[in-house]
Amino acid sequence: MSLLHIENLNVSYGAIRAVKGISFDVEEGEIVTLIGANGAGKTTTLNTIAGLLKPTAYSQVTFEGKSLLGIPAHKIVGHGIALCPEGRRVFTGMSVQDNLEMGAFTRDDAEAGETIEFVFEHFPRLKERRNQLAGTLSGGEQQMLAMGRALMSKPRLLMLDEPSMGLAPILVQEIFDIIQALHDQGTTILLVEQNAQMALSIADRAYVLETGKISMEGPARELLADERVKKAYLGG
Amino acid sequence: MEILTNLINGMSLGSVYAIIALGYTMVYGIAKMLNFAHGDVIMVGAYICFCAISYLGLPAIAGVILSVVGCTVLGIVVERLAYKPLRDAPSLNVLITAIGVSYFLQNAALLIMGSDPKSFSSIISLPALRLFDGQLVISATTVLTIVVCVVIMVALTLFTTKTKMGKAMRACSEDRGAATLMGINVNSTISMVFAIGSGLAAIAGVLLCSAYPTLMPTTGSMPGIKAFTAAVLGGIGSIPGAALGGVLLGIIEIFARAYIGTQLADAVVFAVLIVMLLIKPAGLLGKNVSEKV
Repeated sequence: MSLLHIENLNVSYGAIRAVKGISFDVEEGEIVTLIGANGAGKTTTLNTIAGLLKPTAYSQVTFEGKSLLGIPAHKIVGHGIALCPEGRRVFTGMSVQDNLEMGAFTRDDAEAGETIEFVFEHFPRLKERRNQLAGTLSGGEQQMLAMGRALMSKPRLLMLDEPSMGLAPILVQEIFDIIQALHDQGTTILLVEQNAQMALSIADRAYVLETGKISMEGPARELLADERVKKAYLGG
Repeated sequence: MEILTNLINGMSLGSVYAIIALGYTMVYGIAKMLNFAHGDVIMVGAYICFCAISYLGLPAIAGVILSVVGCTVLGIVVERLAYKPLRDAPSLNVLITAIGVSYFLQNAALLIMGSDPKSFSSIISLPALRLFDGQLVISATTVLTIVVCVVIMVALTLFTTKTKMGKAMRACSEDRGAATLMGINVNSTISMVFAIGSGLAAIAGVLLCSAYPTLMPTTGSMPGIKAFTAAVLGGIGSIPGAALGGVLLGIIEIFARAYIGTQLADAVVFAVLIVMLLIKPAGLLGKNVSEKV
């Protein structure tokens, strides 16, 4: 049984169909990536899994064998799925520490205390700045905070939406090293990226989204070598 | 001595504005709506307290508690029935609904309590404070109003910065979507804010009527609008801003009344708002946080 099983997912914004019947799986311990251009439906897919958007009829979203449909968005995190959203969306007027505490909102404080140490291990810079307002952090640090905040719920599945967006190449490398480290410790990750090169280089498997449909899928290594993927997404 | 007396009276009136402004600013911060019915909740609070004391013969403290409980429930019910269905509607629709709720509350009070003014007897029966050989006399109501305001400010600041629910409230006011992802129930948080705001309005109503004892169905509307002015003056959405704006506005009003003229006092208050909006539209403590992307 897959950890996350998506079947025939359809999501519309009014009359516009953003996701048109996609199906995919994420197995325990994997990094799976969804790559594709702007408007392909990647973020829509993640937001639907997180409960922020409602899919149309006949869509199936199953996590650990249980359907997630009909569960209100604020209860999804309690089922073990955390989304680190596109554009980070940290709480800029709150301190780093408070942001992380919000990430553990559904858990009791004693357990959250252990997890915060785990987060600081991976993001030592957050520990240095724990009392600083999140709005005063640099873009890369805000991305780290958003990821740390998502980890605070101790998710079975961590969904990352465009973690490299707007970051300098050296920071992109740092963020991906952290994703790799989290994976090595057994975290299951569903990664959405426009930076296909980076995403394919750390993922186990990948799906290519084009205008709401999956056009290609397979082991990330194979897609990295695929001529069509190279041409469309890897700039060569 | 006259200036000092006016200053203290201004701070007292300003404290009432500040308590009301808190309700405006907290609701605005989280629900992004201006609850123009907020002023009328003050009136309802004062009527509940008045009825409890005058008709039921309850002690003053019971009247205050009953009033707070009644307004808290009223706030939650109004939010659930009138505003929650409009959560995703354009803000103009919500604004018009709030004005509708305001008229509804005023007319309900008119129907139940009648149009003749009730004389609210102060709930505070302590002797006045005499300083400087009786040259400066401060009524107990004045002192108590300021004290209550300070206590509320401190309690709210602690609540929003130290408790999990308070932090969740701030998270919701910054980014509802992200707050939802954290597992925060945005709807129940908004309910909670309406409850707190309306409970505070009840306290403000009792304090206001203790100082200015005429109680009518329209009693809440003018202080409501002035408190809204105070909230904008201090920077809407900001809790310390509401306190600062309220106290400043109260002092300005009392001084205008004393040195410019009773008739012009309200005009001066609103002129201050206009000047503020021209110079610093975000308000004294309002912030335009630039976001990094």
